[in-house]
Order: sequence, then C-alpha cells, then structure tokens
Amino acid sequence: MRKHTRAALLCVAAALTLTACAAGKGGGANSDAAAAPGKDDKLTLTVWSNYSDRELEEVTKALKTFNKKFPNIEIKHEGSQDDDKITAGIRSGNTPDVALSFTTDNIGQFCSSGAFQPLKAYIERDKVDLNQISPAVREYTEYKGNRCAMPMLTDVYAMYYNTGMFSEAGISAPPKSLDELFEAAKKLTKKAPNGDIEVAGYLPTMGFYANRPTILAPSFGAEWEKDGKSALASSPGFTEMMTFQKKLVDFYGYEALERFRAGLGQEYSADHAFHQGKVAIMMDGEYRTAFLKAQAPQIKFGTAPFPTWKPADYGTAFTTGTIMGIPKGAKNPGAAWELIKHLSFDTDTIVDLSNAIKNVPSTKAAMESPKLEVDEQFKTFIDLAKSDKLKGNPVTPIGDAHIKAVTDFAVSYTSGKVPDLAAGLKEVDKNIDDQIAKSGK
Amino acid sequence: MTATLGARPAPGRGRARARHRLAVLGFMAPAIIGFVLFFGYPLVATVVFSFTKYDLINAPEFNGLDNYTFMFKDPLLIKAITNTLWFVVVLTIARTVFALGVASVIARLKSGVGLIRTLCYLPSLAPPVAATLVFFMVLRPNGGPVDSILGWFGVDSPLWFSDPAWAKPGITAIMLWISGDLMIIILAAILDVPQEQYEAAELDGAGPIRRWWHVTLPTISPVLLFGIVNSVILALQLFTQAVVAGSAGSGAADATGSTKYLGYPDNSTLTFPVYLYTQGFRYFDMGYAAAMATVLFIISFAVTIVLVQRMRKNSSAEEGGPGA
Repeated sequence: MRKHTRAALLCVAAALTLTACAAGKGGGANSDAAAAPGKDDKLTLTVWSNYSDRELEEVTKALKTFNKKFPNIEIKHEGSQDDDKITAGIRSGNTPDVALSFTTDNIGQFCSSGAFQPLKAYIERDKVDLNQISPAVREYTEYKGNRCAMPMLTDVYAMYYNTGMFSEAGISAPPKSLDELFEAAKKLTKKAPNGDIEVAGYLPTMGFYANRPTILAPSFGAEWEKDGKSALASSPGFTEMMTFQKKLVDFYGYEALERFRAGLGQEYSADHAFHQGKVAIMMDGEYRTAFLKAQAPQIKFGTAPFPTWKPADYGTAFTTGTIMGIPKGAKNPGAAWELIKHLSFDTDTIVDLSNAIKNVPSTKAAMESPKLEVDEQFKTFIDLAKSDKLKGNPVTPIGDAHIKAVTDFAVSYTSGKVPDLAAGLKEVDKNIDDQIAKSGK
Repeated sequence: MTATLGARPAPGRGRARARHRLAVLGFMAPAIIGFVLFFGYPLVATVVFSFTKYDLINAPEFNGLDNYTFMFKDPLLIKAITNTLWFVVVLTIARTVFALGVASVIARLKSGVGLIRTLCYLPSLAPPVAATLVFFMVLRPNGGPVDSILGWFGVDSPLWFSDPAWAKPGITAIMLWISGDLMIIILAAILDVPQEQYEAAELDGAGPIRRWWHVTLPTISPVLLFGIVNSVILALQLFTQAVVAGSAGSGAADATGSTKYLGYPDNSTLTFPVYLYTQGFRYFDMGYAAAMATVLFIISFAVTIVLVQRMRKNSSAEEGGPGA
C-alpha cells in the first residue's frame, strides 16, 4: 500500500513539474523592434487568418504584393485559423509570423497577455503616422495604450433598406430618427389574415443578424464604461436602446415575431431574410452590398446612416474589422512587421483588396484613391468611415463576456421577462465588473 | 501456507519473480504510458490550474480558492449547471428507454431485420455538426417538414431552437436519433437471453409483456446500467450539439469562431461544458475553466461510482438468487 502511495505521489509530482513547464511555454515577447530583413533575404513568412474560399484567395493575392518589396520572402498563407487556434499555436510554440483575427473582441487579451507583441518600438523606429487611420479603428487595435495590432480593412455598419418596398409603402426617404424608423417599420410590415408576419418592416430581435447591442450602441449614444467600470445602467443611451427595441417587439407581439424569425435563413447564406424580401430595413456591414449583388440581384436596395436617438449623432456608425499582430514566439518578427506595415499602409494593396472583398479601406489615403470602386450603396460606408463619428467595441481583457452579458439581457428584456430595466442593467454592470476583476487586468 | 508467505523467498526465486514482474510491466507499458500521458497528467494539470489565475499565455499565478468562490456569484454557472442536470435526467431516461424500445421491437421482427437494424444504427455515424444542422432544418418552423406535417392537423409547431422551453427537448430529439450505438448493444443483450427462460415462462402462462418484464429486463439489466452510465456521461459532456443548435437558432450557424452566439436562446443551450469552453477559450480564464472541469470530473466520478456500485449489488443479488 505504501509502495502504491509513493508511486502515486511520484506521478503527481512529475505531472506538477510538467504542468509548470508547459504553462510557461510559448516563446518570448519582445518590446524592442526586431531588425527589418534585407531586401534580398530569403525566408518564409507564415500567415494565419480565418478567411476561406474566395476571400482566402484574394487576401493571398494581397499578401503576395509584399514580394515587390522583398522578392525572396515566401508567404505561406493558412486560412480557417480562428482565435482559438492562434492561442493554441502560441502555447505550443507552433506560432505563425503574422496572425489575422476576424474579431476585435479579443484585442484586450492579446495586448495585455503579450499574445501579440507590442508594436510601439516598430512604429517609433519607422516613424509610422497612425493618423492615417481613423481614431475608432486605432482604438480597437490597442489596449490601455499598448498597441499590439494593426487593422487590415474595416467593417462599418449602416442601414440597408429595400427601395421597392419603400416606394410601395409611399416612403420617400430613409428614416433618420427613431420615431421615423418606428413609423416606417409599421408601414412596411405585412401580416397575413391570420396575424402571421409575412414581412417585417424592421426586425428588432436582439442578437439576431447584426441587430446587436454593440452595433446599435453608437446610434443611441450608449456609453459602455465610466471611470473604468461598466456603466450601462447610468447610460441613458442603453436605456433608450432597450426601450426602443422593446417598443418594436411589442408592436409585432413577441410570440408572432419569434415564430416569424425562427423561420428565417442564416446570416451568411443566400437565405438571409433581407435577400428574400422578408425584412425591409436592417442594420448590417458594408460587406452585405457584395453579398446582395452576388446572391440576390433582384433586391433593389439603398443604404444610409442608421437612424439615431439624438439628431446630433446622425452619421455615427459602429466599426470593427480584421486585426493583424505578431504573435509571441514568432520566428521572423522583423519581417512580420514589414508585412503588417505593407498591408496597413500600402494604398494600392489596400484598395485592390477592398475592391475584391468589399470591405472599407482602413487608411484615409486609400479611401480617397480614385482606384477605389465606390457605387451608390458602398459610398454610404465610405462617407461614414471618413467621418470622425465612428465607434468601436469597448476593449476589455475578458473576450466577449461583456457583449454576451448585454445581449443576453437585451433578449430577456425585450421578451418581457425583466420587469425593472434599471435594476437589470445594474445587475449586468455588476456581472461585467466581477468578470473583469477576476481577470486581474 | 502462512509460514511460506512469511518466509524470505529464495534468491533464485526472487530474481525470477522480479523478471516476471518486469516482463508484465513491459507488456503493460504502452497502456500505462498512455494512461499517464493522456489521463493522469491532464487530470493533475487541471486540478493544479484550478487554483491559479491563468490566461493561457503567461505562467499561471496561484490564487488559492478564488476560482471556486467565484462560482457562487456567477449567474451563468447556475444556469449551465441547471441545463446540464436537465440533460442528465431527461436525456439519460429518454435515451435508455428509446434504445431499449427500438431494440425490443427489432428483436421481435421476423423479416427485414438487417435493413431495419442498419437504418436505426446509421444516424449514430453521422458527424454531430451535420446531424444537428439536419435536425435544425427538419424542425424549422415556417416551412420545415415537421412544421408542414403538424400544419395539416392544424397544430402550430414549437419554435424548437428559438424557444428556451423547447431548445433542450430539441437537442434531446437529436441525441435520440443518434442513439443507434446504444440500441445495438442492448439488441445484442436481448438476443443473448437464453431461449429456455422464455419457454419456461411461457409454460408458466406468461404472455409477451410479462416475459419481457420478468425475463428480458432482469437478464439485460447489467447492459441497461451500462447504458445509463454511458448516457449520464454523454449528458455531462454535451457540447457540439448544444453549440450548433444555439448558433443555428440565433441565425449564426455559418458565422465563424467567436462570432457565434453560445447559449441561444436565453442561455437554454448553455450546458456546463459549453460554458467551460466559453470561460477558457473566449474569456481567457483557464484557471476558472479548470476549476469548473474539476467540479465536473468529481460529479461524473461520483455518479459513475454510485451507478457501478448499484450494478454490482444487482449482479450479486442475481447470482445469489432468491433468499441469498
């Protein structure tokens, strides 16, 4: 028995040692700038992104333009790599030289943990002018002053409306205020004799498609934090957002709305409700213009800034986008930075990529480029991006925990399950603060 | 015998025994190494991490019982535990009864047994993501096949993965559809029941139902208990179907990675493993996720021990016979 105990203790001790070793693995983060490669240096840069299919090909083409500056650097682009895989890669030492993340939700973690290396030294050494990028985009690529990522194009959100349905309903111009939006939604909604919704003027289900609190927040002037604490309850914008969305849900009737919504197609499929003419007004990103033209050319649509609670805020919009960083342990950080700099600031590359995948360019020069293909619908997004009214995600070290907390609450509130809005928002604030406190960052 | 055991073994015999032990150890080495590397080490590591603040990138920092005490003020954890307990109770009972029912029917079939057995088993080979998406389409309100059939009878279909009250039953339906593996095991046990027991019961005047109740059921009870343990563990580990059903319900089945909305609708599909994954890989709190995994392991272990002990008791009672 004593022998068995000794053996078990030995195993546990070995496991503890291994655990301690494994937990500390992952290579070093360096705050100094690594030297840029020589013009004729031969090396391979590995790039991970979450792109697939046609977009993967287009981004690979953009990456290859780097060879004009460094002809002997081979670029190996691996798609379908999400943030989980990037984190796992860093932990296992199988790290790409450049990692592209589709979401800005994790920038707080990437910067604060050192998963992405700090870029300050590179930016200062190369005298990079960050003012070429809009303030909101600059904000979502750094955390607490630590810039660890750069943007590769951006997404800007605005209102899409079905012009055919607008004409049919006698609506001459897109709504600019919430009252106008509500009236338009009522006019555009079509119901069957049995009360079933056939067309929803505007679908107010929170968390469905792009009708999310984060994306709606700028239109309501909603503030996420105050003095480093979650401040949803004290932000009149959040109260207004919840109240407005609930007013719309009540107009449809929660049960009828849910029955209608449950039958709608998936967000990135050709079956999307707007593509099918089942929704007349919606919030979405600029990429939808390409989806609509490819998958639903019969739908005639216009775009405009989303209606706002306060007239002074009209022209504001939510922005997010793909971010690029040099992961901890990257083998060629100097060359990786050159590639990131190329993708962030080379106007021709940005414009060509923007034209190919229909995202908004991330620099002012690219937005002004005559080569940028801007049609009537896409122009709305370019105009919004050029303004200084863009707002990004609140950056936290807890991934998307705060976004889930607010979205969950919004779903509960609009379904009528929460009697006291203010108390409910306070509870959400507390949960977010607890989660951030637990992270210790 | 006692004197022999107590005596010091002869040196030659001792060496032979040592050689024998080494040989046994050598043959067992692959299994032992596999067990230590893929079970022992991860288990100990998980317990160690559960007492740390660990963001997956930097070395863990010891934080005592913080992760465990936070569980008491985490509202989503309560929701996740409740959802998983729901599955443990409902899914375990439903899966076992369903597999037993299908197996009993197939065992009585006179023709087409091979085809029916194959048809019932096939869904269990479907990849979980594909199976869930197929079910989502089949159950889809406003135009799905089930909705259309119910419509002929003037019945409104439930909203399934869009309604918090129906999302878990919807996932249970998927799990039943893919329970062919358990059905095959139970069918094998039923077919293994000695025919003479049925004949004796029939001579005593027992009808089909009484024969099933008094002969089939007691004979296959060890297999049923295995099915129950297996179903409990399956319910405790329910992840893929919950994630896919929640994502599809929220219209984001085709969204990538962290843009998926987990737990939809109203966190009714947020099972314990889904929340554990969320904490570890989306909120980057691997310490807390490890604490949750430790709790899950303790619960699974305890439930398994209780069920296995019960199984042993049943077996020994049967071996002892009446009055034993």
